[in-house]
Amino acid sequence: MANVFTRMGDWVNERAPNMMPAYRKHMTEYYAPKNFNLWYYFGSLALLVLVNQIVTGIFLTMNYNPSAAGAFASVEYIMRDVEWGWLIRYMHSTGASLFFVVVFLHMFRGLMYGSYKKPRELVWLLGMLIFLVLMAEAFMGYVLPWGNMSFWGAKVIISLFGTIPVIGGTLVEWIMGDYLPADATLNRFFALHVIALPLVLLLLVVLHIAALHEVGSNNPDGVEIKKGPKGNRWDALKPADGIPFHPYYTVKDLVGVGFFLMIAAFIIFFAPTFGGWFLEHDNFIPANNLATPAHIKPVWYFTPFYAILRMIPSFLGQAFWGVLAMFGAIALLFALPWIDVGKVKSIRYRGTGYKVALGLFVLSFIMLGAVGAGVTAEVIPEWFGDVDVTFWENLFGRLMTLVYFGYFVFLWLYTRFGWETTKPVPERVTTHD
Amino acid sequence: MTKRQLLMKHILLSMTLALGLLVGSTPVLASEGGAELPSAGVNLRDQASLQRGARLFFNYCVGCHSLQYQRYSRIAEDLGLTEKEVMENLNFTGAKFGEPVISHMPEDMAKQWFGKAPPDLSLEVRAKTADWVYGYLNSFYVDPSRPVGWNNTVFPNASMPFPLWELQGIQTAVRKPGSEDVEKLELSQPGTMTPAQYQQAARDLTNFLAYVSEPAALQRHAYGIWVILFLALFTLLAYALKKEYWKDVH
Repeated sequence: MANVFTRMGDWVNERAPNMMPAYRKHMTEYYAPKNFNLWYYFGSLALLVLVNQIVTGIFLTMNYNPSAAGAFASVEYIMRDVEWGWLIRYMHSTGASLFFVVVFLHMFRGLMYGSYKKPRELVWLLGMLIFLVLMAEAFMGYVLPWGNMSFWGAKVIISLFGTIPVIGGTLVEWIMGDYLPADATLNRFFALHVIALPLVLLLLVVLHIAALHEVGSNNPDGVEIKKGPKGNRWDALKPADGIPFHPYYTVKDLVGVGFFLMIAAFIIFFAPTFGGWFLEHDNFIPANNLATPAHIKPVWYFTPFYAILRMIPSFLGQAFWGVLAMFGAIALLFALPWIDVGKVKSIRYRGTGYKVALGLFVLSFIMLGAVGAGVTAEVIPEWFGDVDVTFWENLFGRLMTLVYFGYFVFLWLYTRFGWETTKPVPERVTTHD
Repeated sequence: MTKRQLLMKHILLSMTLALGLLVGSTPVLASEGGAELPSAGVNLRDQASLQRGARLFFNYCVGCHSLQYQRYSRIAEDLGLTEKEVMENLNFTGAKFGEPVISHMPEDMAKQWFGKAPPDLSLEVRAKTADWVYGYLNSFYVDPSRPVGWNNTVFPNASMPFPLWELQGIQTAVRKPGSEDVEKLELSQPGTMTPAQYQQAARDLTNFLAYVSEPAALQRHAYGIWVILFLALFTLLAYALKKEYWKDVH
């Protein structure tokens, strides 16, 4: 039996001689720092969720009907009449939300340990592109069930482009292919959601990983293991603090996968709507262009950006500023490697100012999420009684917007003018013998 | 308030708000009428309640409301009923066993009578929550100012008459002094059921509609625990494997 496998392996190698070297380069001879902690699970988990979305997505496509007349009913058909259809759909819808959970944590890891800094700027840029495409992918996927929130969410988000001076109105019609989100919109969103964007996503993920493997992984200490001592048990020329990705991190990631799947399974089987956060109540009502939901808001993962959009008032007769600020909030993240010019990477050795700033940044992001999701609008009258809700909500939201953008301004000043007092960075990762 | 006081108030309010939101108190979902909703106490494992709810639905609701995504055969399968029982006791529309529950109410007539077509109730509980439906069923009162003579505190100015009035009796609104706001509802004429019996009936009906809104919930709950147990075992094994491999990493 072993002989058969060896011969099959040889047969392939003779015809595709680059496959084994590629496998070695990215798996058995890719030396990752040995001191990864909990925060380093989320990259492989994001990949797992991506695979889940593609596989469950294929099965959904088999029964979904991409038309304004049939979409909503076909989703219920999947939920009720397709064998295991409910499981496939919940795996897909829960996967969408968990994708963002995992990606947000993955990005936060990057912020915390300075993984965006030289020499990993390209890894960061590709990652940000993935985030951007993922948002487009998620938005279009959200429209497909053609519930009332799908419809109104699509209408509001597409209308954002209408605020662009001069070409706005024409652009909105061009995107929708109609004067309202309609059959044409749904058809093109379906095409983009199931073919175009997944292809782009996959390509970007390959590039993201290729770029990472070129420069090597960062770690919680933010030290470059390639610049440290050489020589480990497997290779005399490779970093002493590196261990082969396979099998060490593949088996370690397997533990993370197990934990993650338990959480995912709990949601899928016991709380698939997650109290209206993952699947919203109003989206169980078919799309109706005559009945607006009481509160139009995007799904939770868009709410921080949506809040920024809402908090910026019209100015000089233009409503464009909010849209600009919203996209600016993402664009600034792209520019992070050039905004934060501090030499020390990891939060472990950075100044107190940085730690406070990062904490406030995360806080502002969560609070903006609460504003965008309409939590503040409900909570303010409940906690503070008879006050002007809009006034206080706007003040609070604007303060948080200021903190969000303030992070980037502060970070630039703090590092550019040498205000940061850092601790000495160790020569090697802190866990070695 | 001076500018400084206003600023202080804002900072204080922001901090309390941020803190409170972080601690994570989520507000209770209230009805459109502003009243807090009592819990419907949905229990999909209570098959007797689901069966009673189905009977109520097919006696009182299906005249106007469809369940367009729910097949009669699925009701039999999930509620432990035989084909004969469903076809004789629940199916009054003459539909075939495998067909969905479609009301015979003509849509244009309904629009004339009620101002709008009665909505399909397949997904009502998922769209509005079970507590909302239960509260709605308990909150009808006579209101001569409405076209059909009925109003509802949970869904003010609903265009639906109250077909269960024989069971619950007739409720009238007690207004707040000097105001149009409804303070509470009083049973002015008892029905064939006691208030406790009616509440149970409303619960059963809500329970049935909760089931109809997601029949897969029955399967979800049945499989979920086994999936999680399997994954726990998997995680344990993966952890043991990781420990073994990492023994030589120092």
